[in-house]
Amino acid sequence: MHSHDGGKGAGPALVVRGLSKRFGDRVAFENVSFEINCGEVFGFLGPNGAGKTTTVRTLGTLIAPTSGTAMVAGFPLAPENGMEIRRRISIMPESPGLYLRLSVAENLECFADLYEVPDPGDRIDRALRAVKLTDRAQDTCGSLSKGLRQRVAMARALLSDPQVLFLDEPTAGLDPVAIRDVHELIDELRQRGVTIFLTTHRLEEAERLCDRVAILNTTLRTIGRPDELRDQLFAKTLAVRTIVPLRDPDRVFTGLPAVDGFREDGTAGYVLTVTDSAVAAPALTRALVAAGADVLSISESHRSLEDVYLELVESDEEAGRR
Amino acid sequence: MNMSTRRIRAIVRKELREYRRNGSVVWAMAIIPLIFVIQPLVVVFALPASASNDLAHEHLLLYMLGIPALVPAVSAGYAVVGERQQGTLEPVLTTPVRRDEFLLGKALASLFPSTGVAYAVYAAFLACVGLFAHPAVAAALLRWPQILAQALFTPLLAAWSIWICLGISARSSDVRVAQQLGMLASLPAVVVTSLIAFNAIPVTLGLAVGIAAALLLLDGLGWRAMSATFNRERLVTGNR
Repeated sequence: MHSHDGGKGAGPALVVRGLSKRFGDRVAFENVSFEINCGEVFGFLGPNGAGKTTTVRTLGTLIAPTSGTAMVAGFPLAPENGMEIRRRISIMPESPGLYLRLSVAENLECFADLYEVPDPGDRIDRALRAVKLTDRAQDTCGSLSKGLRQRVAMARALLSDPQVLFLDEPTAGLDPVAIRDVHELIDELRQRGVTIFLTTHRLEEAERLCDRVAILNTTLRTIGRPDELRDQLFAKTLAVRTIVPLRDPDRVFTGLPAVDGFREDGTAGYVLTVTDSAVAAPALTRALVAAGADVLSISESHRSLEDVYLELVESDEEAGRR
Repeated sequence: MNMSTRRIRAIVRKELREYRRNGSVVWAMAIIPLIFVIQPLVVVFALPASASNDLAHEHLLLYMLGIPALVPAVSAGYAVVGERQQGTLEPVLTTPVRRDEFLLGKALASLFPSTGVAYAVYAAFLACVGLFAHPAVAAALLRWPQILAQALFTPLLAAWSIWICLGISARSSDVRVAQQLGMLASLPAVVVTSLIAFNAIPVTLGLAVGIAAALLLLDGLGWRAMSATFNRERLVTGNR
């Protein structure tokens, strides 16, 4: 597999503007807008039924949008451009979708011809090497484990050397070793400049692999770098634990630089809302020492992408119930 | 419109490999011709020489045109819904394959084995009649115009049946239902060929040419109709 002309920062690989899809009265997704740069790994998160797979199918020209526009690999999303777009992208659906009676090599041969790749034998070899399946080329796909089938599907997706690779839940149902292999492969593809659109339920996967993530719940709830989203949604806090409760916490914490306020957390715990941990933490430490406090720990609270996700999705559920 | 022979070949080769390794398809494709050939053979072997006068006014060989009319229901009925059931349709439809290439590949992959089976059965039937039937009966049965008509009508009937069955397969959610409906939809063709075979419809050269032209036209229209109604979205989502 070779890298593409458009490396990171070479312009958007995907531009989506106000895209919506309805099936009759049912809204699959609505008014979705985002841009993905070339070489970016973009995570697309959301609960079941949020419209992730339908979005992938729409951008992959399998489904026509109800409204909105998109540019995929430089081509406007329109029926007349379907073939040109499909030449430049590759979709790995959640279910591997392999011909189980055919061997691994026969499956890849078929798709190499459908993509009309030059020198198919060499391309198949490289794809198999990339997923570490060279020695299983002659095995029928029906005889492979779920993890190995997923790797064959990945090899199939790599055959055409796509500019944009859509991976729909690529690690669903895999064991930890197989998941690690898929993650390594995604990292390698990122190095080569392949733009990856990754839908996943695994939030730690998105956090580890993705440059940016979007959270979809029929409408796009948020988009940004994982750390940006955490900062947007949650105030930064410092958690203080002492052996015995402070006699006058108000006097200790009030007036410290970059500290907005505090609340008690248990008998000898305090949570301080801060604007900048790097400024607040040293001042806080000095104040505690000056007050003669027996400090057990001072820690910066860590909010994960999962917290962001749950906050948004649960707030949607609450709004739905009201 | 430019069609890629490489993509069509890829579909045909894949389909043939799948059919060959799918026991239910192989058995079904073998059993239908046997039903058509065993009973006539038994009857023909038992016929006395005096039956040759009556046979001379019938076109019994054409009765076997039921084979190319029915056998494609097995493969073409499976072609689309079978892929959808095993989850392989979506990956194929995300490739640059055009709908005409996809459909033509599927149709050819069904046409080759169907006509191959039909011709093999005809050859076996003709050989058996020539070798084992009473010579007068054999002479009355084995007439070149009928053999020629059979050879000509076989792919035409098979193609018509294939487009009908592909259409049914694309709208079904179950392989067996698609195959059974496909056979049902192919029955009118079997009725017509049987009526001709037993001289209920008197056949002339003009009628034969007319039917051949009509079938050719229907085959073309079948392809165009399939192509026009082919909808990736419906196939992937199952929404009507």
